[in-house]
Amino acid sequence: MVSQQVKIGMVIIGLALLAFVIPQSGSFVILLATRALAFAILAMSVDLLLGFTGLSSMGQAAYFGVGAYLTAVLATKFGIGMGWDFWLVVVMGILLGAALAAVFGLFAIRASGVYFLMITLALGQCVWGLAYRWNSVTGGDNGINMTGRPNFGIDLTNDVNFFYLVYAFFVVSLLLLYILVRSPFGKSLAGIRERELRMQILGYNTWLHKYIAFIIAGGFGGLAGVLWAQTNGHVSPENVVLTTSVDALLMVVLGGSGTLVGAAIGTGIVFGLREFLSTIVPWWQYVLGAVYVLTILYLPMGLMGIPAWIRQRRSQRKSEESKKLASKPS
Amino acid sequence: MSTETHISDGTPVLELRGLCKSFGGLQATRNVTLRIMPGDRKAVIGPNGAGKTTLFNLITGIYPVTSGQVLLFGQDVTSWPSHKRTSLGMARTFQITHLFPKLSILDNVLLAIQGLRKSKFVMWRFQSSYRDVYEKAYGLLDQAGFLDRKDTEVRNLSHGEQRQLEIVLGLASDPKILLLDEPAAGLSSGESVEMAKFLMKLDPALAILLIEHDMDVVFDVASEISVLHFGEILETGTPQQIHSSAKVQEIYLGTG
Repeated sequence: MVSQQVKIGMVIIGLALLAFVIPQSGSFVILLATRALAFAILAMSVDLLLGFTGLSSMGQAAYFGVGAYLTAVLATKFGIGMGWDFWLVVVMGILLGAALAAVFGLFAIRASGVYFLMITLALGQCVWGLAYRWNSVTGGDNGINMTGRPNFGIDLTNDVNFFYLVYAFFVVSLLLLYILVRSPFGKSLAGIRERELRMQILGYNTWLHKYIAFIIAGGFGGLAGVLWAQTNGHVSPENVVLTTSVDALLMVVLGGSGTLVGAAIGTGIVFGLREFLSTIVPWWQYVLGAVYVLTILYLPMGLMGIPAWIRQRRSQRKSEESKKLASKPS
Repeated sequence: MSTETHISDGTPVLELRGLCKSFGGLQATRNVTLRIMPGDRKAVIGPNGAGKTTLFNLITGIYPVTSGQVLLFGQDVTSWPSHKRTSLGMARTFQITHLFPKLSILDNVLLAIQGLRKSKFVMWRFQSSYRDVYEKAYGLLDQAGFLDRKDTEVRNLSHGEQRQLEIVLGLASDPKILLLDEPAAGLSSGESVEMAKFLMKLDPALAILLIEHDMDVVFDVASEISVLHFGEILETGTPQQIHSSAKVQEIYLGTG
């Protein structure tokens, strides 16, 4: 077993490399990495529900969407959020995502398993419908185009500066979620994932614990949306559509659920593969689909499960060899 | 131990008044009335399908009752959810092992201890910083002989060990009444003797209500036995009385 300290060390080295290497690359790579980091916050919020609480949310794009639309509407209609008040928009985005999750959670948390999945899917689609039809505010199918990025002493129109900002948000989110899942509250979520009935008998109000986790995930979703809107300068119903929720879910499964870092790695790989494959083959979606299917079939623990899988194979081979040796006549 | 002295102690730990439960047309529990005083060791026996586990699910609040009352420490908890009943000082184990299979033994016990503490909502501090919770967990694991294997995942334990851990989790919240749903289910005869010894060693102030199939465990542990048949209490008495009752022999022991 790799000890926890070594794992943390590896993550820190990885993050440091990212901060060092990305700004040296071309502007395309910088923008791609920025988008991936913003989306990774959403993926980690999905992992909090899927990997740590055992709730497969199919509507996480809703909180992402309200964060993104809030940013775009405030910036274009009210001119808010292009200076120091950008931080205000960040706080508002988190609160709005959390508030929406608090409302949706009242409906969704009563259900579990596939019913939870269906309800979150339906609620997510309600938000998509709103984004698509509420022309006067959301711009309907066209979405909203934003001009420029905030400037508060640090000019965020500079892609490198903006990368560092999103990077900082990502690292802080990862840290907060890491502390959360290792706290007594986080452990209670794992207990609910494993055996909810027992948790109730042990004195936990499991509904409340799941509800709080759902709201926290919504807050992180809102934050990811704010950053996403500023990264792309464009917000459209596509950000809120079911596919975005499914993407986030699949990225978590690909990277390895219940690990947080896996969610981020999954996001990075999918964003990278998408850009890379789409320049090579027109049917790149099939390749991505095949990657998902193969992961789920052969690596149920995701990419983060590879070290454990190799270790298991090795110990199996060793025991087989020793059996062979033992059965050989001496 | 005479029951008279207990009654003078005041309120019963657990009292059931005319408890009934129907699933559609099936009456699983019929007019069950039961009083358990502090330190009582009572057992409910009955053939398969007599409604023993249903009775437990009514007491712990997993199913809503159709009619009747459940009182814990004199308080009417009939409409309370499970977790609130637990916080009054009630704990239970399950007939089918209900542990957290993919968590370590230590994590299982930590969750059980944390269940009644306010710190279960703390999300800005590592679990590992709660020294007192850990010390208590180590104490419980040491008693049960699990300390050297505290990091083993529970799914890798033998069935008998999992049954013991069930009870350890039940004790972690310092309950005043412990409901045991067939603690010896699926154990070999040697293991169930161990289990009976383990149960008899528990704090004498702890009230225990036991559902059991294994007659040896029941006759060793319980001082009073009630016989449940088609959801109804047929007879209540000391182990000797129950053992020699013709009616019980007929429906339950089947030796006629």
